[in-house]
Amino acid sequence: MYEPKMKLSVEQRAILDGKEGAIKAKIMETIVMFGDIFEAPRLVKVAHDEGHLVTSFGIGLLKPLFATMDKLNEAGIKTKGAFTVDPRPLDYENVKCNLLEKLVFSKVLYSQQKRYEAQLMKVGLRDKNAFTCASYLDEVGNIPKHGDILSWAESSAVVYANSVLGARCNRNSGMLDLFGSIIGYVPEFGFITDEGRKASWKVIIKTTAIPEAQILGSAIGMKVMEDVPYIIGLDKFLGTKIDEAAQGYLKDFGAATASNGAVGLYHIDNLTPEAKKFGRELIRKDAREYVIDDAELERVYRSYPVMWKKKDKKGNLVFIGCPHLTLKQINDWTDRIAKGLKETGRKKVLVRTIALTAPDVLDKFRDTPKYQELIATGVKVSSICPLMYTNNPLTKMRRIITSSNKLRTYSIARYYKDAEILDYIVGKAGK
Amino acid sequence: MRMKTFKGRVIAAGYYKGEAVVSHQGVNTLATFQKSALKNAKEVIVSDQNNPDIYEKNITGKALCLPITIGSTTGGLVIQTVCSMGINPACFLFSEHIDSLAASGIVLARIWENSKVIAIDQLGKEFLDTIKTGDIIEVKEDGIVAIL
Repeated sequence: MYEPKMKLSVEQRAILDGKEGAIKAKIMETIVMFGDIFEAPRLVKVAHDEGHLVTSFGIGLLKPLFATMDKLNEAGIKTKGAFTVDPRPLDYENVKCNLLEKLVFSKVLYSQQKRYEAQLMKVGLRDKNAFTCASYLDEVGNIPKHGDILSWAESSAVVYANSVLGARCNRNSGMLDLFGSIIGYVPEFGFITDEGRKASWKVIIKTTAIPEAQILGSAIGMKVMEDVPYIIGLDKFLGTKIDEAAQGYLKDFGAATASNGAVGLYHIDNLTPEAKKFGRELIRKDAREYVIDDAELERVYRSYPVMWKKKDKKGNLVFIGCPHLTLKQINDWTDRIAKGLKETGRKKVLVRTIALTAPDVLDKFRDTPKYQELIATGVKVSSICPLMYTNNPLTKMRRIITSSNKLRTYSIARYYKDAEILDYIVGKAGK
Repeated sequence: MRMKTFKGRVIAAGYYKGEAVVSHQGVNTLATFQKSALKNAKEVIVSDQNNPDIYEKNITGKALCLPITIGSTTGGLVIQTVCSMGINPACFLFSEHIDSLAASGIVLARIWENSKVIAIDQLGKEFLDTIKTGDIIEVKEDGIVAIL
């Protein structure tokens, strides 16, 4: 049996020794051995019991995942709290596929989806609406408090929880997120500690207008990789209070830092909670500096490779909302699309466009007149993960356009700014 | 030429003698393994087009030398999966401190799949600057890596 290097409490040691069964002992062994690699001195209690898992897709290749879930189910093991999980991969009603694509999705790629969702439900999934990458939105309600220790995965959710909510969570892998939610403890290292939350980069924003969130996040992510940046000069554009507009901006910005780099925590001067409390004391003495002006943002934007086979062709599928849109964002898109169509004298968008949001946000949106207004423009609304859609090799035939830098990074989708996408879909410009 | 040796920290111990495959950039785990795992292949032919160092190379049973892994937080599960299929690299040799996603994968593979996968980290920048794809290396239980 594994002999831990870290100090365990009597209760934790008992679990490791098998007092709560062989499966829980293996789960504890996994968490302890993982923590020992990072020289964690001990395990600390998960304060916010509602976990968030990254693995939402029954992709056939992950056979060990389904085998482990079977073992958990057979042993009757459940998480401490009800958890949310990343979006489902498929929605044939709103994200239509041809027969061949459906065959690959249902019979090959996501052949285990039903089985896996049943396994998740047995182990503690909150409900059928719990599938979103933005679990921290008000409508979804999985919202940790400042200082809460979490056992979450999904890079965009972790960076949001750490930075905007002031919670404490490492960039966990799939499976470790679930194990921490079952045992109720995580190893104390990295972003769990005060020292691990200090910034080793000072980023100074000198742009003449508010930077595109997804490009700014991309620039910072690619520069600092897994380090913590402290960002100065963004409060000039976002204000000093995290309102609905700032929530959407910080969600998109953080997702880009986490996917274009590996950022798990950022501080924004005068805005995010720890920056407000501790100010520039959070910046390490030996921190490096990165200045971002209009030219730097343009350089980063122009650096994105075009991966389409036919680079000169126009896009034929648009995804908006990765991570999932906030209610304000989907309302704003509705207004902008309606206004743009009015200006171009059209009734429908020119290209197939899918807006993505959490099921709980969609339920609320459906109850408003704006839902019908958006649907009338020809835009479809769904709650899938577009990355999982692009996992199907057949979808590479489609020329996908997106304003998500995460989707661009993990697929061959082409990135355009929000305003450029709007102009294209309403017929003002060709992309 | 004299044999060059490096000493790292043992994450998962084991003995290996064989060929090295070197990536100078972070290895995107999902992008690297996904295609071979999906096809239920007998070996991993790297499918990450964004990593020219290892793209289309066979890494099954080899010593994968890398700085860290990057990419999706499914990374740990993917390492566990290829280990369960027996098509994993025999060793992961990290020049830097192992990242949390790779660490998860190694731990999951050892505990849940009884895998013998070897992992050594903190071998240093000079290790990656020195070692080349195709070099024959020997990895010892105490974390010594020798380029023969």
